[in-house]
Amino acid sequence: MVLSVLRYRSKRPMSVVCLIVKKKEYGMRGWLAAGLAVCMAGAQATPVHEYNLKNGMKVLVREDHRAPVMVAQVWYKVGSSYEVDGITGISHVLEHMMFKGTDEYASGEFSRIISENGGRENAFTAQDYTAYFQTMEKSRLPVSFELEADRMRNLTLPEEEFLKEVQVVMEERRMRTEDNPQSLAYEQFAATAWASSPYRTPIIGWMDDLENLSVADLRAWYLKWYAPDNATLVVVGDVDPEEVFQQAKKYFGPLQAGEIVAPKPRLEIEQRGIKRIEVKAPAELPYLLMGYKVPVVHTAEVEWEPYALVVLAGILDGGTAARLESELVRGGEIAASAGASYDAYDRLESLFLMSGTPTTGHSMKDLEDAFMAQVGKLQDERVTAGEMDRVVAQISADKVYEQDSIFYQAMQIGILETVGLSWKEADRYLERIKAVTPEQVQAVARKYLQRDHLTVAELVPQPIDPKQPPRSGGSAHVH
Amino acid sequence: MKLARKMFMLLALSWVTLAQALPEIQSWKTGHGAKVLFVAAPELPMVDIRLVFDAGAARDGALQGVARFTNGMLDQGADGLNAGQIAQGFENRGATISNGSERDMAWLSLRSLTDDKLLEPSLELFGKVLSKPDFPADDFAREQKRTLVSLQYQKQKPASIASRRFYQDLYGEHPYASDPTGTEATVAALTTGDLKDFYRQYYVARNAVVVIVGALSEKQAAAIASRLVDRLPDGQHAVEVPPVEELKEAREDFSEHPSSQSHVLIGAPGMHRGDVDYFPLYVGNHILGGSGLVSRISQEVREKRGLSYSAYSYFTPMRRNGPFTLGLQTRNDQRDEAIMVLRDTLREFLAEGPSDKELVAAKNNIIGGFPLRLSSNSKISEYLAMIGFYDLPLDYLDRFAERVQAVTVKQIRNAWQRRVHPDRMVTVIVGGSG
Repeated sequence: MVLSVLRYRSKRPMSVVCLIVKKKEYGMRGWLAAGLAVCMAGAQATPVHEYNLKNGMKVLVREDHRAPVMVAQVWYKVGSSYEVDGITGISHVLEHMMFKGTDEYASGEFSRIISENGGRENAFTAQDYTAYFQTMEKSRLPVSFELEADRMRNLTLPEEEFLKEVQVVMEERRMRTEDNPQSLAYEQFAATAWASSPYRTPIIGWMDDLENLSVADLRAWYLKWYAPDNATLVVVGDVDPEEVFQQAKKYFGPLQAGEIVAPKPRLEIEQRGIKRIEVKAPAELPYLLMGYKVPVVHTAEVEWEPYALVVLAGILDGGTAARLESELVRGGEIAASAGASYDAYDRLESLFLMSGTPTTGHSMKDLEDAFMAQVGKLQDERVTAGEMDRVVAQISADKVYEQDSIFYQAMQIGILETVGLSWKEADRYLERIKAVTPEQVQAVARKYLQRDHLTVAELVPQPIDPKQPPRSGGSAHVH
Repeated sequence: MKLARKMFMLLALSWVTLAQALPEIQSWKTGHGAKVLFVAAPELPMVDIRLVFDAGAARDGALQGVARFTNGMLDQGADGLNAGQIAQGFENRGATISNGSERDMAWLSLRSLTDDKLLEPSLELFGKVLSKPDFPADDFAREQKRTLVSLQYQKQKPASIASRRFYQDLYGEHPYASDPTGTEATVAALTTGDLKDFYRQYYVARNAVVVIVGALSEKQAAAIASRLVDRLPDGQHAVEVPPVEELKEAREDFSEHPSSQSHVLIGAPGMHRGDVDYFPLYVGNHILGGSGLVSRISQEVREKRGLSYSAYSYFTPMRRNGPFTLGLQTRNDQRDEAIMVLRDTLREFLAEGPSDKELVAAKNNIIGGFPLRLSSNSKISEYLAMIGFYDLPLDYLDRFAERVQAVTVKQIRNAWQRRVHPDRMVTVIVGGSG
């Protein structure tokens, strides 16, 4: 419970379907892609109803009457990209502490009450947001609202609970990062790729920062960010929007607004040449990560560019028929696994990411060359109409499939609002994707997939069995 | 008193709402002996179709890994089409095909929009993948190498190592002992002939369950089910999986790994689908370690002592007794303490059973949260697959809540004392020396 985020090949919170990219695991064939917006008449998602409380809190409601359930999510504009050096991981630790009691409800009561009302609850922290949710039978909505409103302003943050909980978070870090060589490689890759952007630090925080965090730090962080004018309430399910608004007014309305100061821009400085690192860790397999600096919808100066990058990611990695699977995994048999991803809905400039593991018999250099050849091809040749059609067909269909989950629908609304866009962006998305031309895909490949803006990290496996001699360098995965 | 405090005093959910949550399941057999389960879900213009075969790793025999490999090769070449052409066939229409193979079940699924222009060709292709796989030699060789890489990958994850050892230790000579992916030696030894033989024996109509959930009429669903299954030979249902023997003594199995945490799994064979003790064991486990932060194990290990990020227990009901598992991960130097807390929590629960209050809370959560289990087409498909595959009665979901409601403290104590024996459990530890 109370999970946070894994920074391994993606920045998305764990339990959650990612928006744009597919994720591949060894041994898994399924993929989750995603689109937004709608393709067919009759498949339109129902409209979002938007309300604003006087204290600055936004309330967004979408009806879905397929089952007598609802999900309520409270989204805060705070996450690891709001943090500064020395207190990395604080947003996530605070998320854990949100279950540790208020003046009204003792530690653990929140979870117990939700549970006894048949609910499922959790929370997640990412770079750009922290969110809390309860999925419940529809009549239980007021229970969720009362408890969420209470902990938005009245957290007690007891010292003794903090001392135990920060240990839990360190165990979480050990599990997710320290003992996972690919996560470890990703963490050091991000810390290298970014110089001045706050995306440099891990969501879960550096271990040393966790060890030196204090309850006073947490209290200050809570007071700074947890207020209705920094929050968005999203409800999707078998509900009446007007009634939800009345309940929101009742429970969240009395909360006092905060004094929210927007975070500093903290723009990334221009990268002036390729960066390259090795990460040595006990592992069986090498792992390659390559990332180019790219704009996102929120930062884009040219409106269509992020959508062209989404299409480009789909051309490379939108399924089994896409280029990486058909040319690197099947055709050349250079990669045992290969992926590309791009998240157009980050708050700040992001990375276009490629990652993979070579097949036995191919070196890491072979794999890197193969990725570079793919980039070269995108720059030199226009993608075919067939490939464009495939990407659009997938994103159109995914727009329908994603309506099968109320949680996902709420998540999408919450992300868009919290990164500074609007839920309306979801309705425009497919149209924007359809408007992308092969020339535009080529143009963004030329403009952004530049060697001087590239970071490369290579996981160099060290022996797992301490009795084994170390393997030679990173390019020696040729058996 | 605030609302939230009052709410849990009420019975969690009215039966009216429960009934609203229940899907209406249509079920029949095709002319060739395959069982079909269908739920009409007209709201979204999409359909999920899943064919489940009794063709999981329990059928591997000496060829460990053959079941999963066979399943994974179905869409790598069929009726003369290669893997790329098959993938394009689906993806150009926004359809997705997925597959999987565990110890009991192997399945192949299609998700498509219901627009005829899209669904029709996807169904045709899906039928080919299902009934005319080619098992091409080149693709076989490539996937064999990739499987070997994935086995290597598992060896760098302490959680995967622990899980593999746990099943081996629990099941010994029983078919459930081996990992569905197989071992490096067995996978390297497999041939396309092995896969073809496996396919011919197990991917047959009488060994299949068809699940359909989506915006179709019953008539359309029936036509689709027949169209898919009629291409398969009738064949025979797979023979019964042998019963699982209970463990005779406690055992500890330690593997050294250069990790900062130790991964701990404690357990023994537990229960099966349709088990007479299913409900007292299930509800009891909800209280012991199955309900997230509020469970006893989570309270003792995580909330009171901060020893682990996740600490839990669960039953995995299978055709035969699947594992009962208790688990956690913790820093190497506090491993012994964490294991002691886990064991003590189990022993105390066995000795005394739950309190009345805990049982009420558990029932409120399970029954009150029942509609959440059926809130999407995906979730309904999962339930249909389980009901169909394990021959559970069609009113399984209708009666689920009343059966949970009927469980008593005494039944829980009784069932747990008969079925769970902490002095005959395996303890698997993968981690550093501490």
